[in-house]
Amino acid sequence: MLPVTYYVALSAILFILGAVGVLIRRNLIVIFMSVELMLNAANLAFVAFARYYQSMSGQVFVFFVMAVAAAEVAVGLSLIVAIYRARHTINVDDLSEMKG
Amino acid sequence: MTLDLILFLLLAVIAVAAAVGMLVSKNTVHAALFLVLNFATIAVFYLILGGPFISMAQITVYTGAIMVLFLFVIMLLGVEKLSGQDKLSWQVPTALTLGALLLLESGYFLIFRRTPLEMSGTQSIPEAFGGPSAVADALFQHYALPVEIAGVLLLVAMVGVIALTKWEKGRS
Repeated sequence: MLPVTYYVALSAILFILGAVGVLIRRNLIVIFMSVELMLNAANLAFVAFARYYQSMSGQVFVFFVMAVAAAEVAVGLSLIVAIYRARHTINVDDLSEMKG
Repeated sequence: MTLDLILFLLLAVIAVAAAVGMLVSKNTVHAALFLVLNFATIAVFYLILGGPFISMAQITVYTGAIMVLFLFVIMLLGVEKLSGQDKLSWQVPTALTLGALLLLESGYFLIFRRTPLEMSGTQSIPEAFGGPSAVADALFQHYALPVEIAGVLLLVAMVGVIALTKWEKGRS
């Protein structure tokens, strides 16, 4: 296989792109998609190290990350729907009641 | 070895381009479709790394279930395009600077501190590595309790979603 550093580097790049997406986008749904991108970057590193150490534990952890991501997406999207019903916007700049 | 490298670079370019496309696309539906492409590319990486079962799970769970849920919510709310402009003009350059700093930092650690990581793994892996039976063996023998906890977590999420989206009578 290729050196595991390559996969870790790709994982880091994807993670940073996801983090930048969370910071620069104002659309709540796109912010949420960026969080999914970050979770996937972490999963890629897990699978690369599972291959490197020939251990199934890394791959099993990816399943748990997927389960948590599925639960998170379901709850988060229903929260977005609830916010949209109440405020008719999903622009995070407009959701500033807590600003004082 | 060189074929592996070419394949890796090609897929990496596709994955990074899809991620960047997700970041810059103005239309939310386009962003979701770019993310689907990115997830599919990562599924191919899982195949290369000896995880056929996890690759298929990635396709079905992420690009199948999760992204369809995203697209469904986008369609339901009708928020393909967001109106209004940014109120915080300094936020984008600051975020890009901090992201570049993080990239430099991780690059430094990968290039100058590559103690055990520069070694590549063995060429051959056991035949059944990453297959359904190996995954099931690990999941239900060593990680049986976390599987139960994950099941409870999914149940709680389901109940929570139903409670959150329940349409109450008398409220508009």
